[in-house]
Amino acid sequence: MADNPQRPMANARPLSPHMTIYRWPVTMMTSITHRATGVGLSVGAIILAWWLVSISNGPEGWQSFHAVADTPVGLLVLFGLTWALVYHFLNGIRHLAWDMGYGFDKREAERNSVIIFALSIILALAAFAVGWTGHGGYLQ
Amino acid sequence: MSTAQTPLHKVRGMGSAHSGTGHFWHERVTAVALIPLSLWFFYVMLGLAGTNEVTALQFLAHPWNALLMGAFVCFSLWHAYLGLQVVVDDYIHTAGTKIFLMLLIRFSIIATGATCLFAIVRIAAL
Repeated sequence: MADNPQRPMANARPLSPHMTIYRWPVTMMTSITHRATGVGLSVGAIILAWWLVSISNGPEGWQSFHAVADTPVGLLVLFGLTWALVYHFLNGIRHLAWDMGYGFDKREAERNSVIIFALSIILALAAFAVGWTGHGGYLQ
Repeated sequence: MSTAQTPLHKVRGMGSAHSGTGHFWHERVTAVALIPLSLWFFYVMLGLAGTNEVTALQFLAHPWNALLMGAFVCFSLWHAYLGLQVVVDDYIHTAGTKIFLMLLIRFSIIATGATCLFAIVRIAAL
């Protein structure tokens, strides 16, 4: 305490986070991921527009869309968008719960952050597994 | 008191953001609307996975499905616009860049929405 007589409280003050060594709490990760997935989905809307236009263009349009979408990169993008939509959906519901005053407890918020991350990955993988094993396409 | 504005007039939608709680509220309303619409969208995407263009065409040509897809597109893009505006507000601090980006986002959103809706109408009319 007596280190600096001019500023007696200097040593007792809390330090602001040093970003290079700061451990990110999981709630911070969910927050920035919500924003990132939101931006990603906004760009993904252009792909939705392209998909709808390709359907309206008949068989040639459909093929031109799938010529790109069925490539490894195309599938990776579609998987990314699927996960982003599931994540933003789940975490969005949590945001609405927060708006109503529920779930602000620190432990609770940390726990359901982990649950949302895990569940979004599991559901996105499940959706692709259903599609790949031929269990999708039930609207035919 | 240096201006003729009453405190009430200042409070009503004219803070530093030049809007009241409208932005916050619209973001929430569109979010709530997107809960059932997204669930329907997941159901449709999985249901059309691995099918052909005839299935997709016939499905989207049904009036209810065309209407729901139109609603999903409109609410999604409205929600996206509000969200992207917050991102720009948070990270861009130069007035010129901010105006440029917001115009770019607005035009892109309108163009994307118009394209989607035109395609949906065209599919329904095919």
